[in-house]
Amino acid sequence: MLIDLVKQTRILMGMPVTLEVVDSTARESLFDEVFDYFQSVDEKFSIYKEQSEISRINRGELKLEEASEDMKLIFELAEQTRRESNGYFDIHRKGIVDPSGIVKGWAIYHAAEIFHKKGFENFYVDAGGDIQACGKNSQSEKWRVGIRNPFDMDEIVKVLSVSDCGVATSGTYVRGQHIYNPKNEDQPITDILSLTVIGPDVYEADRFATAAFAMGRSGIDFIEVLSGFEGYMIDKDKQATYTTDFARYVINDSIH
Amino acid sequence: MSRNKSSSTPSQGIKKFFLSAFVVFAFIAYAIHERLTNSNAGLTSASAAPTSGASQDASASSTSVPTTDPSSTSFASNTSTQVPPPTSASSNPSGYKDGTYTGPTVDVNYGLVEVQATIRNGKISQVQFLQYPSDRRTSQQINAIAMPYLQQEAIQVQSANVDIVSGATLTSEGFQMSLQSALANAH
Repeated sequence: MLIDLVKQTRILMGMPVTLEVVDSTARESLFDEVFDYFQSVDEKFSIYKEQSEISRINRGELKLEEASEDMKLIFELAEQTRRESNGYFDIHRKGIVDPSGIVKGWAIYHAAEIFHKKGFENFYVDAGGDIQACGKNSQSEKWRVGIRNPFDMDEIVKVLSVSDCGVATSGTYVRGQHIYNPKNEDQPITDILSLTVIGPDVYEADRFATAAFAMGRSGIDFIEVLSGFEGYMIDKDKQATYTTDFARYVINDSIH
Repeated sequence: MSRNKSSSTPSQGIKKFFLSAFVVFAFIAYAIHERLTNSNAGLTSASAAPTSGASQDASASSTSVPTTDPSSTSFASNTSTQVPPPTSASSNPSGYKDGTYTGPTVDVNYGLVEVQATIRNGKISQVQFLQYPSDRRTSQQINAIAMPYLQQEAIQVQSANVDIVSGATLTSEGFQMSLQSALANAH
């Protein structure tokens, strides 16, 4: 079944992870390797797994100095992002460390690197709606990435044309509120619903999407002044605000 | 008669002299007044100009907007001063057309200033001093100063003809819920 080979989805880290490789030389083992990589990241960084390294750190059984190099790196990247976002990105929340805001984009980025290192050029890695898209799609065009309507999950409200970059969306739907303002932990973000960021790669796009979303309405201003990043924010009144060069990526494909 | 008229009496001559003297004096007084006012203004601009120049330099170095490496991108603590609130929808809200524009040479008392701005995609991409009062006399560059012009629109449903969908990550819980309802429908 060739069609199963080029595109596969598995549930990992509590979310659907989809890989699609256009280059015809892709083998089943390649997909296994990438999915296994996500699995290994989850084993190490999931706060829902009792025996994960991060859970042991959170219980005080393991000191950060004694942790794996990956763990130290993630803490460093999180701290760097915290500084760059003026404190709006923070993996520390209510006494525990949840590094998923950094780990996810980082893992997708490295998953894409696995494809790159094996010589593949046309593929994407999508983990829970955060995407690294490389090369072209099966029609030899740039990848068409839709932004999901936060008011109706079956709908697309924007179609983007992207290649060799990352697209990440932070947000909340009616259920599943999961981003808080670290400066006001009990105050969930409610006036904006979705913030999509296009960046040089998915790691960069994801961490800044998360940080900017925590800023509420002014998050889009933060993206505007970041060079190399564009953003599209949807608020609770179904109004979108987008950065100056965002339109460069937009394909007009409205249906009436 | 005409001769009488043209040859003025001594008293008339004195009047004329005083009148001319008054006009000349008034002109000189006006000139001095103008000069004093100008030099005051000149002093003000001279003292203000370096400050604004310094703050431009500072903003360029501290916000360092144009960089491909986000690790070097610092975020100014106060976005509200830096970024105007979102403006209403407009295809070209900045009103800038692409190109390179050179301003007039302005004498700021301590030297001449001439500025060139480059507009790309409706944004100021570069501001360059062609003339700048400094000892080096070399043109000084200010890094691109991002002029934020956010745009707005009402969201519109698009065709679902896409390869990939980007959306907020479904939490485990949310995802399971959605999956369950999808499976329920599948019965």
